Amino acid sequence: MGSTRLPQWSRSRAELWPWARTGLVAARRGLAVALLSQLGAVPLLALSLVSLAVLPVGIGVITLPIALFAVRGLADLHRRFLREWWGVRIPSPYRPQEGDDFEPLDVPSSVRYCRRLLADPASWRDLLWLLIDAPVGLVFGVLPGCLIVYGLHGMVATPLFWPFMEPWYGYGLTWPVHGPGTAALALVQGTGLVLLGLWCGEPLLRAHTTLTRTLLSPTATAHLSQRVVELTETRSVAVDAQAAELRRIERDLHDGAQARLVAIGLKLGLAEQVFARDPAAAHRLLVDAREASALALAELRNLVRGIHPPVLAERGLDGAVQALALDLPLPVRVDVDLPARPQAPVESAGYFAVAEALTNVVKHSGAASAWVRLDHADGRLRLVVGDDGSGGATIREGGGLHGLRRRLTPFDGTLELDSPVGGPTTVTMELPCAW
Amino acid sequence: MRVVIAEDLALLREGLIQLLTLNDFEVVEAVESGPELLRALLEHRPDVAVVDVRLPPTFTDEGLQAVAEARREIPGLPVLVLSQHVEHLYAKELLSDHRGGIGYLLKDRVFDVGEFVDAVRRVAAGGTAMDTSVISQLLARNAMQGPVQSLTGREREVLGLMAEGRSNAAIARQLSITEKSVSKHTNSIFGKLGLAQSCDDNRRVLAVLAHLNL
Repeated sequence: MGSTRLPQWSRSRAELWPWARTGLVAARRGLAVALLSQLGAVPLLALSLVSLAVLPVGIGVITLPIALFAVRGLADLHRRFLREWWGVRIPSPYRPQEGDDFEPLDVPSSVRYCRRLLADPASWRDLLWLLIDAPVGLVFGVLPGCLIVYGLHGMVATPLFWPFMEPWYGYGLTWPVHGPGTAALALVQGTGLVLLGLWCGEPLLRAHTTLTRTLLSPTATAHLSQRVVELTETRSVAVDAQAAELRRIERDLHDGAQARLVAIGLKLGLAEQVFARDPAAAHRLLVDAREASALALAELRNLVRGIHPPVLAERGLDGAVQALALDLPLPVRVDVDLPARPQAPVESAGYFAVAEALTNVVKHSGAASAWVRLDHADGRLRLVVGDDGSGGATIREGGGLHGLRRRLTPFDGTLELDSPVGGPTTVTMELPCAW
Repeated sequence: MRVVIAEDLALLREGLIQLLTLNDFEVVEAVESGPELLRALLEHRPDVAVVDVRLPPTFTDEGLQAVAEARREIPGLPVLVLSQHVEHLYAKELLSDHRGGIGYLLKDRVFDVGEFVDAVRRVAAGGTAMDTSVISQLLARNAMQGPVQSLTGREREVLGLMAEGRSNAAIARQLSITEKSVSKHTNSIFGKLGLAQSCDDNRRVLAVLAHLNL
């Protein structure tokens, strides 16, 4: 055991390269931040401030929305960096732009947009961020790169080329460099600066990220108002769906089982009346009544399946999906890894989502086999339905998957589709779920 | 013949008792919950039990669980399971011990008293009684691929009735053909499916069901 461990010196050398690479990556990202701050933040800040200043004169009305939308673009780019570099997701803080599309040179449209943009606190936070990013982004971004470049100069150029320099040539703290001794001092300083540059890149980038995150995230108020918009929307979806469902159940009962029970009662009544007089006719009526009751039962059974499948009540999501898989005309592998039964509404929503996804597979994919995986992660129930069919599925308005996604929204559920042309297709659905 | 009944709805329980008593069964106990059922099955060791899937206290599949538990204790204990809905999954589980003596029917099937009593007797004798809806779905699934495709229409009808657990005589009655032509059809079916013929009716049914992947 343990014989594979490297000796101390070799290990530290093995660790040096990844460490240096992290430093170099940070320095490179820093340069991008600095470049954006000078080529993006500075001119956009100037344009925005000038536009604000000349707003009363009129021309600002045209330029301000353009400037602020450009600022949002830049801010979104930094939000993307946050996601790509650190895996931090920050939602968009802006109020939704309802109504007409923005027409840059149309004055009434510009005025409307000016009002909306200026009323949105996120616009002002963007401007504050520009103001801070313009200097901070430059300094934090450029510093590690400069330290590394200047350090390399001291490590390489000074020790090699000092004899060819002017007499007043020097490096770092050593002025002038005029012999091997002072050149060695430059080498030491240069090495130190390179190491410093490699080391400080990441902390500086993190500091800049913290700044971005603080100013570019939605405020608690913005977050809440956005949530209210979402909830209003999903609530109306849920209410509509429920009303439609109740209406359907009412119609099915009214036209189906209820009507059949009336017919059964009628036939039994008739049978009773003719029993003594014509036993053969009474017998026929009884057989009719029995058959009608079997039909009524079959209809009720189908209705119940649509409301809440009995096997779901009896076996939970695991058993119900297994039962569903067995009823399909193609082999479906089912893997389940769930710690317990989810709450009833989530369980039911999950079941119908899987059922619909599998129906899609049967109808559209041309697949020879399919699979379902149910598991959980981070307090979410995850339902994945895959098939080996022809792929190329899309989520379009009015389509099955679009409707499915809509029906998951009241649960804060999501649906993602991966369906390259040629297959395979996977539909991944997630529902928040407290176990 | 001694029967144990498990059904939680009083109306239906009384109906079943009446139906079976009228047809010369002796109902030794009628229970209404899962734990009671298990106790009654182990205590009475009835010739056959008629059991509802969903029972108190949990109103899930208590009945099925009690049956599985009892059949572990008393292998092959004949049980006819009744339910408001039939699931391929449950049928598979019930048949998983390959011992026969299993029935699985929709509750509606009690409407046809003669057929129902016949099914109870068949199960008590160690045979099988599978609901038509399970079998038709099974056949539909198998009809798309495999050797079932090569069967003629009449052979498929015979196969379906055979899978439900019926004897040649019953199949002949149902299809209004002679028993001889039924056995001609079954020979042909077994040939096409590549199954070995067996003179034991029960084993024949189990082989067919296994072939259909139930």
